[in-house]
Amino acid sequence: MRAAESAPLFSDGGVSTIRLIAYLALAVILMVVDHRGHWLDQIRARASLLIEPAYRVAALPSDVARSVGTAVSSQQQLMDENRELRQSLLLAQVRLNRLDALSAQNERLQGLLEAQQRLGMSVQMAHIINIDLDPSRRRIVIDAGSSQGVVVGQPVIDAFGLMGQIVEVLPSTSVAMLVTDPSHAVPVTIERTGLRTIAVGNKQHGDLLELSNIPTSADVQVGDKLLTSGLGGRFPAGFPVGEIREVSNDRVGMFASALARPAAAIDRSGEVLLLHDLPQPYGAPAPMPQEGPPTTEAAQPAASGSTPTPAAAPAQKPVATTPIQEPQR
Amino acid sequence: MNRARAQFLLLVGSVVIAMLLQLLPLPPSIAPLKPFWLAMVLIYWAIETPERVGLGMAFFLGLLGDVLAGHLLGEQAMRLTALVFIVLRFRARLRFFPMWQQAAAVFGLLLNDRVVVMMVRGFSSAPMPSSLFWLSPLVGMMIWPFLFILLDDLRGRLRARES
Repeated sequence: MRAAESAPLFSDGGVSTIRLIAYLALAVILMVVDHRGHWLDQIRARASLLIEPAYRVAALPSDVARSVGTAVSSQQQLMDENRELRQSLLLAQVRLNRLDALSAQNERLQGLLEAQQRLGMSVQMAHIINIDLDPSRRRIVIDAGSSQGVVVGQPVIDAFGLMGQIVEVLPSTSVAMLVTDPSHAVPVTIERTGLRTIAVGNKQHGDLLELSNIPTSADVQVGDKLLTSGLGGRFPAGFPVGEIREVSNDRVGMFASALARPAAAIDRSGEVLLLHDLPQPYGAPAPMPQEGPPTTEAAQPAASGSTPTPAAAPAQKPVATTPIQEPQR
Repeated sequence: MNRARAQFLLLVGSVVIAMLLQLLPLPPSIAPLKPFWLAMVLIYWAIETPERVGLGMAFFLGLLGDVLAGHLLGEQAMRLTALVFIVLRFRARLRFFPMWQQAAAVFGLLLNDRVVVMMVRGFSSAPMPSSLFWLSPLVGMMIWPFLFILLDDLRGRLRARES
């Protein structure tokens, strides 16, 4: 107070610059150490007793808002929604019936070929906890964690396509990085042409994917569908990822780049599915002799060449946060 | 003694609510506009009760926020420490500003905070946020009078009940 009267502009209200510098230095050291060593994940795993209830409480208002919305929505709306759902269920059922026949046929043919892989995969349903960690990073929080058997790296899908992958697991919640996150990359193929490339989250638009460094001679058109290619071994092959919305040349003019809209309803999903099995190798089985000494080099990713069939990816790939694999041109 | 404890509870309560508000989801189109609630609550307490809110407390609360948000340990700690330091330095003036000037000062503080965020992001090679991100201090400025009056009123009621 006294200091305030003598020096009104720079009154030192009991704070010294030395302490500020000390705290700032400490913060910088913490950030550097955490950036290198990822301490925060370990601290968060320890502090999960504090974090998880906080997440649940923070999600309460939006849960309440949603249930209030359901309670006051008119019967007409509910009937419309019901009818729509029934129609889509009917369509899905019809398609499924046909698929049953196809998968039986597929199994028989695979049996003839003595192929090892199976298409079936087990999934686990989880709900999204409606909180927002940081708007500039595209992450979602899911109400299943290590006690439900979730592990880092599991692909997250919804009814329409690939949503992302688990990047952090707490005892009963987990954090997933969406495909639209700028630090997320997913190996994709273009369904129509079989061109392999990589879809990265777009920096400018938070809800788009970006395919950069496509050769200008490549045949990429607006409306082309992107599927996961299964390369890199993180995501199983054949899941819809998005649809190309815009193709343009990049600044230098050496490559084309495209923007794609993700197939998954990233902003609207309430439930997601976690894929349990690690992705199966897809395509022709690697020519691995059953007899003879086992070699680890047998399942090389044959990404070269121009055939559209992605080759078997190594199943035991070391866990990396973003499965980036160099595209071969 | 009892009154001090009630005030302390109010401080803790407001900080907890600010942390929960920080996690509250917004529609994706306006999500970058979310104000830095924790900073605004801390500005209030630093102006009104500087004996409780020091640099150490700002640092500690920032660490808590970092653990909740899960990005980079020390980011919010750094932001809040710098912010509280400025508030404490200019407290004697900030305190007696008329409301609109105070709100403008809060705008400046939050804008400074955005610059610190950009610096941290740049150094840690994290993705840069969208341009809407710069409008968040404006939202903070508009909320400030209401936050100030609300907290002041709660504090006044506590005082009235005790005396």
